[in-house]
Amino acid sequence: MNFSDELRAAPVREAAAFALGATDADVSRALSRAAGDRDLWDFAALLSPAASARIEELARASRRLTERRFGNTVHMYAPLYLSNECLTTCTYCGFAKGLDIARKTLSIAEAVREAQVLRERGFRHLLLLTGEHQKITGVEYLEQALRALGRVIPQLSIEVQVWAEDEYRRLVAAGCDGVVVYQETYDPDAYADYHLAGKKRDYTWRLDALDRAGRAGARRLGVGALLGLHDPWREDAIATALHARALTKRFWRSEISVSAPRIRPSASGYTPRAIVSDRDLAQLVCALRLFLPDAGIVMSSREAASFRDALVPLGITHTSAGSHTEPGGYTHPGEAEGQFEVNDTRTPAEVSQALAARGFDVVWKDWDATMHATDAAAPASV
Amino acid sequence: MPAEGGTTDDHLVIADRTFASRLIIGTGKFSSGEAMRDALDASGTEMVTVALRRVDLDATGGPDILTFLDRDRCLLLPNTSGAMNAEEAVRLARLARAMELPTWIKLEVTPDPRYLLPDPVETLKAAETLVSEGFTVLPYINADPVLAKRLEEAGCATVMPLGAWIGSNLGVRTRDAIRIIVEQATIPVVVDAGLGAPSHAAEAMELGVDAVLVNTAIAVARDPAGMAAAFAGAVRAGREAFRAGLAPARSDAEASSPLTGFLDPMAPVG
Repeated sequence: MNFSDELRAAPVREAAAFALGATDADVSRALSRAAGDRDLWDFAALLSPAASARIEELARASRRLTERRFGNTVHMYAPLYLSNECLTTCTYCGFAKGLDIARKTLSIAEAVREAQVLRERGFRHLLLLTGEHQKITGVEYLEQALRALGRVIPQLSIEVQVWAEDEYRRLVAAGCDGVVVYQETYDPDAYADYHLAGKKRDYTWRLDALDRAGRAGARRLGVGALLGLHDPWREDAIATALHARALTKRFWRSEISVSAPRIRPSASGYTPRAIVSDRDLAQLVCALRLFLPDAGIVMSSREAASFRDALVPLGITHTSAGSHTEPGGYTHPGEAEGQFEVNDTRTPAEVSQALAARGFDVVWKDWDATMHATDAAAPASV
Repeated sequence: MPAEGGTTDDHLVIADRTFASRLIIGTGKFSSGEAMRDALDASGTEMVTVALRRVDLDATGGPDILTFLDRDRCLLLPNTSGAMNAEEAVRLARLARAMELPTWIKLEVTPDPRYLLPDPVETLKAAETLVSEGFTVLPYINADPVLAKRLEEAGCATVMPLGAWIGSNLGVRTRDAIRIIVEQATIPVVVDAGLGAPSHAAEAMELGVDAVLVNTAIAVARDPAGMAAAFAGAVRAGREAFRAGLAPARSDAEASSPLTGFLDPMAPVG
């Protein structure tokens, strides 16, 4: 059983339609239930226009749950783009095949230098990203990168093209702690509109990637949809929440996190089909927390500084800072093209200070690959 | 164990070490290192547990929780939180020793990242290995009296049964099982996890446990230092109540006239 089987049977469109017509009583019922008892319809009610009018109530409930589970802390990570080479045509993406941009793939030595710079800035958790190029950034390249970077940084996750279970197993053994896969959009028709060429055209293969990564032993699994690609956006939000809950049940040893990225301007010149307002996004963060009390909720520097800071108390557990989306950007900024424009351009220290001013302590380090019983990154003394 | 012979000393002794405070504090979830330090000061604690996964294990410097701890006053108790099996917990303990951290280990093997419930099989395995390697082992367990005895036999310095799951603030939900653990134990019993209010801590101490460990309830209080002081007071009160001998609770009223008066030959008949 994979998530694609569950999603086919799930009433996502019906739930999104229900949200549009939800009443105040539906919202009250959803709010009054215990977190673990909330179902798909409760989640839809929490995402509804009726609930939008009661966002302060949602925020308070979300804050209470988050505080109990995660305390007054926020985890910090940095994205490290290894390559912007890509054989896939995603019409909204700045790395898409055919775009005339400055392409670059870091050598392992260059990647290590980037990681050293990030370590000096305080980071102990990196998310490694690439475009989708089976030859240039294949499993062997990623294995090498993971092993080399693991000597500098204790926690490494990946957000790269999707792999088969055996390939994920190799990456986990090489020190990959977490796997993030954005489905982009969970709507099969919209997905087909955007993904015109390359292996990424296979919707179901991508949808079930996190099941394969989970079976391969990845400790952290991250889901997300690029909000704005599909109209109505609530359908993608509902499918994302269902995906997270399904993975939580199947991979009870893994931590599940959810991202809610809004599509950003890039070299692709793409215009979103649906507009997700700041208020909508804040409501979504609360609804995700109320539906998934133990999930990590990730907010990247796609969003503006003041908005990001204000969202943190509502349920955010993981955030990035000082991010570059171009390969080599930490040591040689601007030489290659970035995937999208970063909105919050503050340094990690500035973000950390802003969070402290709101009463949140930054957790820079929360894991150590040396704990992991694999062959990777274990010091010789142990 | 209650002190005997009217002595006023009532110290907690674990392995070969004596503690005046029976409140152990966890260091996660505080809003800042300063808030944590103030809470530790206010609590009078002498034992503080730190997650090894949050410490820079290669000691190359960097932002680090250890800089906020007064290690002259408090024993630093490294914990293995995040370990999913015995092998990983043992690895972490060895890393702590390699870093010259104390060889006392709070053993946590919690494969489930949501409720963070301890795996009894892997915990026992890890405890056996760590004891044989000379560690002082304080295992976090579900409130399982048989497991507690098995860990005692394995040479653990304490057992640390949960009151409720970590971060839940539900109180001593495992009360009846903890009673049995206390009754049977020859090593100190520490209630760890689930204590959400000073009254919960007092309740645990009244049951005769030797100490409690608190984190979330202090860390996320509006005034962590104030809450730490409140827990310290409750732990003292609960301990004193246990030593003074609690009167048994009664739910029914006592009959006002004797039921067996007719057995007394001097009693007037009729």
